Amino acid sequence: MTLTTILAQQLVNGLVLGSFYALVALGYTMVFGVVKLLNFAHGDLYMVGAFTGLLALSAVAGTAGTSWVGVGLSILLAMIAVGFLGVVIERIAYAPMLKAPRLSILITALAVSLVLQNGVLTLSNGQVLAFSPRLGFAGINLGPVFINYKQIALAGTAAVLMIALEFFISRTQYGRAMRAVSVDRDMSELMGIDVNRVIAVTFFVGSALAGAAGTMAGAYYGSVWYFMGFIIGLKAFTAAVIGGIGSIPGAMLGGLVLGLLESFGTQIPGIGSEWKDVFSFSVLILVLVFKPTGLLGKSEQERM
Amino acid sequence: MALEPGSPGPQSVEARPSAWGGLLAILDTPQKRGIAIVLILAAMVIAPQAFGPYATVILTNALLYTILALGLNVVVGYAGLLDLGYAAFFAVGAYSVGILTTEFGWNFWATIPVAVIVAMIAGVIIGGPTLRLRSDYLAIVTLGFGEIVRIAARNLQITGAASGISGIEQPWLFGWHIARQVDFYYVFLVLAVIAVLTSVRLANSRLGRAWLYVRHDEDAAEAMGIDRVRVKLAAYIIGAIYGSIGGAFFAVNLTAISPQSFSFQQSTLFLMAVVLGGMGKIPGVILGAFVVVLGPELLRDLGSFRYLVFAIGLLLIMLFRPSGIWPAGGKR
Amino acid sequence: MALLELNGVALGFAGNAVLQDVNFAVGERAIASLIGPNGAGKTSLFNCITGFYKPQRGSIAFDGAQMLALKPWQVTRAGIARTFQNVRLFRQMSVLENVMSGQHCRTSAGAIGAILRPPAQRREEQHIREVASACLRFVGIDPEEWGRDATTLAYGHQRRVEIARALATEPKLLLLDEPAAGLTKGEKAELVTLIGRIRDERDVAVLLIEHDTSLVMSISERVSVLDHGVMIAEGSPKQIQANPRVIEAYLGSEDAEAALAL
Repeated sequence: MTLTTILAQQLVNGLVLGSFYALVALGYTMVFGVVKLLNFAHGDLYMVGAFTGLLALSAVAGTAGTSWVGVGLSILLAMIAVGFLGVVIERIAYAPMLKAPRLSILITALAVSLVLQNGVLTLSNGQVLAFSPRLGFAGINLGPVFINYKQIALAGTAAVLMIALEFFISRTQYGRAMRAVSVDRDMSELMGIDVNRVIAVTFFVGSALAGAAGTMAGAYYGSVWYFMGFIIGLKAFTAAVIGGIGSIPGAMLGGLVLGLLESFGTQIPGIGSEWKDVFSFSVLILVLVFKPTGLLGKSEQERM
Repeated sequence: MALEPGSPGPQSVEARPSAWGGLLAILDTPQKRGIAIVLILAAMVIAPQAFGPYATVILTNALLYTILALGLNVVVGYAGLLDLGYAAFFAVGAYSVGILTTEFGWNFWATIPVAVIVAMIAGVIIGGPTLRLRSDYLAIVTLGFGEIVRIAARNLQITGAASGISGIEQPWLFGWHIARQVDFYYVFLVLAVIAVLTSVRLANSRLGRAWLYVRHDEDAAEAMGIDRVRVKLAAYIIGAIYGSIGGAFFAVNLTAISPQSFSFQQSTLFLMAVVLGGMGKIPGVILGAFVVVLGPELLRDLGSFRYLVFAIGLLLIMLFRPSGIWPAGGKR
Repeated sequence: MALLELNGVALGFAGNAVLQDVNFAVGERAIASLIGPNGAGKTSLFNCITGFYKPQRGSIAFDGAQMLALKPWQVTRAGIARTFQNVRLFRQMSVLENVMSGQHCRTSAGAIGAILRPPAQRREEQHIREVASACLRFVGIDPEEWGRDATTLAYGHQRRVEIARALATEPKLLLLDEPAAGLTKGEKAELVTLIGRIRDERDVAVLLIEHDTSLVMSISERVSVLDHGVMIAEGSPKQIQANPRVIEAYLGSEDAEAALAL
């Protein structure tokens, strides 16, 4: 394989991987925008999405089959389920903690994450479960590169979701309300915006996106595991930070950038797949130290 | 105006009546507390004979967790820094000992200063750039560092890769070969007592107060002339030292270490010990450490379900009693 | 040369000019005030002086040294202390511990000293307590209250504790941000006496931001007026009271009460 082929293939891989990261990063950044909290449990929502998708697929297998339609339905069902789960978590665990010291909320989020992880661990007995939709391995050839249909579908679905989100944010009332709340919560309340509702909707949408990503990941990689949300949570956080935490286009951009960095990064001699995660975390640390506002974020001058 | 250990602390907030109220009411004078402490220590000394070898192993583990939880307490409970990668310092101590004794034939006691220095350097490397970050970011970055250390340990040859290091020689002290489990029990008991005394002294000092000032109101603390980065870094490094000493003795106790012992799960267990008992309160932290170690033992029959129980417990504590099991107020 | 000198200081946030070309000075052992309608930029000026905000232009010199590059804790160490508009005492800590925080920058014991407790460290701890006690006595807080949680004190007492805390840093210049807000008439009179004593007995210059114009006029030697980020007048209280621009600035704002007091 020539260098261009390798690079081109990595480009494709990077974009696909980046789509996952972007979808999960979006949820992170949206929630951070409205409640100024990094939802530590967000990665685990992705994991729950994967398991829910698996369940959904077995449920619809009879009627819709386990090919594209079946998977599509599973994604939809997982999105709805995880979306609701996100709202429930917000109501039970985060809403009561809003006035508490920062440290307490962070630990609460950690606790939620552990509950989700251990809950699924108990239910699945810690085993890696197979997620086998029948999507085949066919694809198309684009120049030197082979792109299979799964990858196209994945990137395509991610793109559709992101466009839908963009539309939601900029064109709908809820979207505008979300932006208002993330800029100034108290002022929004004075303007008559039902802040609690906006927060609930934000959690729903953000969690649904993570759920979608989880189901797609399960279908794409063929397996689900109770611990899969851990790393993705960190990567998504990295992506959100790269793009600028709080910025929605930033999360999308950050996700793609991280995906590409990882794909190309693993080609650097010395950094094999074992060191891939170390590579990504190093990127995170470097960004936080040198450009904490990320690519698209705004600098915050705190007022005293 | 005494802020010395053993005296009742400044008349403080939230002296809620609680189930503990009765117990604390009995222990209201320094003399009575002193007697209680002596009794507890005496019980700890005869425990191996009283409870048998299996219990000794568990209690040794509890003492190890006490040391580590006290170290993390300095970082989280005093300075208010949410460190989710504390296992990294534990690993540094353990691997320093493991590598120096097995690869280079060093005497265990000589490796301890090295383990401490390496941990301090690690603390500076990790803490330096990250302590300026806001708390949410700090949490995730420390988690990232914890993972980096674990992955490095798992992939590097010198740390034995995934199988770790084994055959670590157990140390001699003035003709006493510290090799039996009960020997290590007493070593850890001594270390734990030292850890407690050190923590108490730190709490009641200029530095200890500075941590609280920074934790309660960073900007006001800075306005009072406190360099918060330096103060936080001090907390972090001290936490690192506790962690690495714990790791060092852990390594010779088990004679073998592997990357599994230094995972994120481990870091969360340490954090749970600190939070469950009551962040920042030494008796609470000790209690938390014992709960975290003894709990799974008592819940053995539940299998993997017990971690779920713990997680739910942590969540409930955060929602309903964030100050921890130990009652609020009173001596630090 | 003045103790504190600001030259051409300009500060803006996201396109809004908060301070524009401010020239301002405070002399040694002076009692000066900074007044102006709400939103004029007074607290922002304090924040620039104490290092919490970095002005985009201009220079700030204190006791001959340049201050702009310093972090807030370094500014305090250099000799400038402050109180806050909303009392910011450390919660869940006693009155005495709160005031002891001021001595942190004047002492040096670290972790090793804390653990080993050599005689020097024990002397230092004793010294910290003594200085804090002296400051509390100076502002008139009864020793009985020293062990209480600082935030449980009466409001007026909390304000005094904050002043004691600032004094514990052994400053040369004390910045008081609206020290009279929320005080009764009697407490305000006590404040006036206290400010005088701070300067007379401790050789500390005092700069106040204050809305109570009669209090300002009664105690200040020099008054500076800030309006919309611009210094519009400076002089003795009498001069300021007669200055038409000042009266206009207040009348034009919602601070009618202050305008009448002028």
